[in-house]
Amino acid sequence: MANLVLAETAGDAIADATLATVTAAAQLGGDVHVLVAGSAAAADAAAKIVGVSKVLHAVDAAYANSLAENVAPLIAGLMDGYDAVLAPATTTGKNVLPRVAAMLDVMQLSDIIAVDGPKAFKRPIYAGNAIATVESSDPKLVITVRTTAFEKAAAEGGSARVEAVAGAGDAGISQFVKLDAVKSDRPELTSAGIIVSGGRALKDGPTFEQYITPLADKLGAAIGASRAAVDAGYVPNDYQVGQTGKIVAPELYVAVGISGAIQHLAGMKDSKVIVAINKDPDAPIFQVADIGLVADLFTAVPELTEKV
Amino acid sequence: MKILVPVKRVIDYNVKPRVKADGSGVDLANVKMSMNPFCEIAVEEAIRLKEAGKAEEIIAVSVGPAKAQETLRTALAMGADRAILVETEDAVEPLAVAKILKAIADEEQPGLVMLGKQAIDDDSNQTGQMLAALMGRPQGTFASEVAIEGDSVSVTREVDGGLETVKLTLPAIVTTDLRLNEPRYASLPNIMKAKKKELAVKTPADYGVDTTPRITTIHVAEPPVRKAGEIVADVDALVAKLKALGVT
Repeated sequence: MANLVLAETAGDAIADATLATVTAAAQLGGDVHVLVAGSAAAADAAAKIVGVSKVLHAVDAAYANSLAENVAPLIAGLMDGYDAVLAPATTTGKNVLPRVAAMLDVMQLSDIIAVDGPKAFKRPIYAGNAIATVESSDPKLVITVRTTAFEKAAAEGGSARVEAVAGAGDAGISQFVKLDAVKSDRPELTSAGIIVSGGRALKDGPTFEQYITPLADKLGAAIGASRAAVDAGYVPNDYQVGQTGKIVAPELYVAVGISGAIQHLAGMKDSKVIVAINKDPDAPIFQVADIGLVADLFTAVPELTEKV
Repeated sequence: MKILVPVKRVIDYNVKPRVKADGSGVDLANVKMSMNPFCEIAVEEAIRLKEAGKAEEIIAVSVGPAKAQETLRTALAMGADRAILVETEDAVEPLAVAKILKAIADEEQPGLVMLGKQAIDDDSNQTGQMLAALMGRPQGTFASEVAIEGDSVSVTREVDGGLETVKLTLPAIVTTDLRLNEPRYASLPNIMKAKKKELAVKTPADYGVDTTPRITTIHVAEPPVRKAGEIVADVDALVAKLKALGVT
């Protein structure tokens, strides 16, 4: 038996999310193959992941922007040879895989955090307020993986062969227009070791920048935000940590002026060490924080930036 | 153009869910239920498109228990024109919901199906994409902006790396993200008027859909509890703690 992983690429590199997904695929048992719908360099990078025995490289430009209308039929067409297809629960995986599942007439298992048996998995429901153990009765499995819950497979050391695959190409019903990417030299939020996150208490965009950025710079951290801060326009959408934003689990998570709504906690409570700075001693964030500081962030954060 | 808006009745987003003692699920008895927040955003967007002259009729649909009529009445009070309840007391998985919606779309021929990107109970994030696959139509998921342009729709999507824009040929499926709009509250006169709007009641069997679950829930547990740590007196103490933990 064999399982297929839909790779998430970052230009010519393989995203960390893919490495964690390879680990989840290996836990199902059997060979792990990786599908790369991207550059030849990215396919070569995937071939080096430890535990991967074959890389399928879809060359057609129709797959370049991961349009679900084009990629889903490609994957569905490959599934005769596989027992399961897995993708990281990124916006790409979440967009493409349910379309594959419906084409195969199977139910998708979303956002798994553990493999409990050949067809049994754990997954969070109700924003992580409950963990369900579920078992599929479908002949094939379609799975998205919460990548913070699995160790990353080693990116170097493997030597899989690379095979070209072709599909129907462009379905002709959708077009990629543009990506307004947020350019940043910071670590990527979902794979950062340290994250400094700001909430509504930061007041506005310039204030957020003035207080959060220097601390993040000092710590070499990625910057995150609560939904309230994103909705208020302090920072762009891709900063959002939470149930419907990004799920993160860094070594250190510093929550500044974040009250700690359950939707936010759902996105960060698996962080190793949580620090909360908030002037309200009753803020729910203190119930999950390892270290809490009840203080006005406008004095505490500059002082912390200086002393840390 | 018609817009089909599927909506789901879920636990209110302000309520903290409690796992049942026997591990069979989450306790929903005597818990406040509301329209899924993402579905509210979908209803609002459909109404705005109608107000802008881009659509003629909005049909709200729900697959769920008899009480989901309340959710549909809320959609009608906000501004949907009529509603269909596909009534079942069983839990229905996204794939079966998508099959029912496909059958309804075949009958109604909507130009757009607008639905929430995920329900806050099972957090599946599947139904829209599955419906798009079954209909063989394009999907604009996680939308933060929707613009109808002739026979296509331009959708700005909230993706991990920023904002992506795609152009989809109609009919299309759009799933809504949080920042697409702010849903309106229904006014009292509109709530009264909604009571007189058409609400058809059907069953999954009327659409020939088998709703037998494919996934069995074996057990539901509380997540591991994270213990509150310690409150430090000042920044110096915080810095000392961080150094002791070796994380900075």
